[in-house]
Amino acid sequence: MPLPPDRAGTVGLFATCLMNAMRPNIGFAAAQLLEDAGWRVEVPREQTCCGQPAYNGGDEDAARALARRTIAQFEAFDALVAPSGSCLATLKHDYPRLLRDDPLWAGRAQALADKSWELLTFLHERGGAERIRSRFPHRVVYHDSCSGLRQLGIREAPRALLARVEGLTLIEAEDREVCCGFGGTFSVKYPALSERLAENKVQRLLATRAEVVLGGDLGCLLHLAGRLARICAPVRVYHTVEVLAGLADGPGIGQA
Amino acid sequence: MQIRTREFVPRATFALHDPNLQRALANAAGGFIGKRAKAVAEVPEFEALREAARVRKDEILAELDLWLERYEERVRAVGGQVHWARDAEEARAIIRALCARAGAKTVAKGKSMVSEEIGLNEALATDGLEVIETDLGEYIVQLAKEPPSHIIAPAVHKTKEQVAELFAEHHGTTPEPTVPGLVTEAREQLRCQFFRTDVGITGANFLIAETGASVIVTNEGNGDLTQTLARVHIVTAGIEKVVPTLEDATLFLRLLARSATGQDSETYTTYSMGPRRADDPDGPQEYHVVLVDNGRSRMLGGPWREMLRCIRCGACMNHCPVYGAIGGHAYGWVYPGPMGSVLTPLFVGLDTAYDLPNACTLNGRCGEVCPVKIPLPDLIREVRHAQQRDGLHPPAEQRAKALWRRAAERPALYHGLERLAVRLLATLGQNGRIRRLPGLSAWTDARDLPAPAGRTFLELWHAKGRDQ
Repeated sequence: MPLPPDRAGTVGLFATCLMNAMRPNIGFAAAQLLEDAGWRVEVPREQTCCGQPAYNGGDEDAARALARRTIAQFEAFDALVAPSGSCLATLKHDYPRLLRDDPLWAGRAQALADKSWELLTFLHERGGAERIRSRFPHRVVYHDSCSGLRQLGIREAPRALLARVEGLTLIEAEDREVCCGFGGTFSVKYPALSERLAENKVQRLLATRAEVVLGGDLGCLLHLAGRLARICAPVRVYHTVEVLAGLADGPGIGQA
Repeated sequence: MQIRTREFVPRATFALHDPNLQRALANAAGGFIGKRAKAVAEVPEFEALREAARVRKDEILAELDLWLERYEERVRAVGGQVHWARDAEEARAIIRALCARAGAKTVAKGKSMVSEEIGLNEALATDGLEVIETDLGEYIVQLAKEPPSHIIAPAVHKTKEQVAELFAEHHGTTPEPTVPGLVTEAREQLRCQFFRTDVGITGANFLIAETGASVIVTNEGNGDLTQTLARVHIVTAGIEKVVPTLEDATLFLRLLARSATGQDSETYTTYSMGPRRADDPDGPQEYHVVLVDNGRSRMLGGPWREMLRCIRCGACMNHCPVYGAIGGHAYGWVYPGPMGSVLTPLFVGLDTAYDLPNACTLNGRCGEVCPVKIPLPDLIREVRHAQQRDGLHPPAEQRAKALWRRAAERPALYHGLERLAVRLLATLGQNGRIRRLPGLSAWTDARDLPAPAGRTFLELWHAKGRDQ
């Protein structure tokens, strides 16, 4: 299949902290999907965190420092792509705002924001969806993560891409736009609240009788998989890109 | 109202385990969310209305002084009086003096969040006045000696069975836990009270500058009786309530009812304007408006300005998962939920209300439903930034954040620490998960921690010699 002309560039893959540490398989799945779509993929060695924990935790100054680092690491690529709506929302929405009064960086922040993409949206809108060749004969429920959903409008892309997976049946849960209670440091700062929100969400997911829970943000997925494991629910959890890349043949998150 | 924001964590924990509260909250959330969604779906231009309201409110706030003066002029012209209160204390003093001058013994009140904000009921009680709350929800919480737990549904934390018991205890009736039965019972009790009140105090949803009218919306009609039957009518309102024209009020009213209760409009929209005129069949002899600043004009000039657009509909709390889990009392002051997580720290102190903006997942649903498009998650985050500037985050957290930042700015160190952590966690994992992790019990008390495989993505990727 020949590639359209706009897909000849190089993509910088943003390795989110949680993915890097807790689930490298997501990174490999993301790279594979991008390469299948015709992009060259590079993973800058010097990248660290996007700075969201600092920004949400009140430390604007640290967030700015990390924003500048990330911009310098990625601005040379044709696009920055991340398998996370949450980190991407920070790059796209918060960087320009954080650096708007900095004459040296405001333009660079906006330029990077303009070419930064959440992976599934990238495949859905820039092409590559047609190359998905994956089989996953299971009933799955998709969890919409809040930052991706509300700040980036990620709603159609994952569903459209999952519809291409052979054998996959997508079931929608009730209250699908309600937060799962992860919330970054909220999950450990207010554990009792986080637990209750997790339990509410998990009950909605289990009510669908799906075998598998999918989602686009590893934070929410670690939280939900951890809660599902704690209550011994026989449900597997994967990141959406693992399924799309055909790399969901191993144990789910939190399983062996 | 007593400030109990410092007790947020214990009160929230208690709330999570209060079965009556949980039942009441589950019922309420289902109703509010579904009704709003339905009402909004019936107005195709709803999004355009939100945008128009945002723009209009900002325009009004930019000329707030002008509209307030115009309003005062009009109120005077129709025979009313306007009193300016810089803070809660001044507001209380003004109202107490008005009641004293009227020789009042009994005061009827329509629902007013500003009166909660300024602690009016306690002040009037000190003067020996009998205060009768006439809004059904307020009446219930007054009987129960509790503060309201929601800005439009003060007794939303109670089940109808609890209300029936409360009524039985106070009215000497047999408990009858049906909603119509309870409403009738409260109506019968309140009806006779209206006729013996000296002063009626209401809030205001809007103050209209071109006419000098104040507008309140209610579903029980108690506002009308409160203000028409008393000899003296006192309106209490925050200064941000003023709008230039009747047409402006109409725009906000369309959004208010749908966002608050999912109605096209509330059952009663009551306009009051000055005292009784010679040919009026009823109405008060005196008409006063107490305009309360209490920190609002300071908000105008700073990062919290957008919060002054708030029209107090309660949609943010109705859609907040945290509010839905713990109810309003846990927040510990007048304004709960997302709007309260911004406002309360500004009123009572960033320190005193530390937990409110922090006990939020920033999921953004509040901002999505706000009828005047207040970017609530951004403002909540902004409060956290202000707390950081004042050094109010817990010392251990501040140290951890500072260390983390130093590492995150040094890739070799950051990745080295990640590799170390991942190896350690991998050895602790059993069947792919860690059930208990001392030092991270805040996580593992509630859920397992999925165990990593032992190598980071970056080391695996670069070990394959993929690039750079």
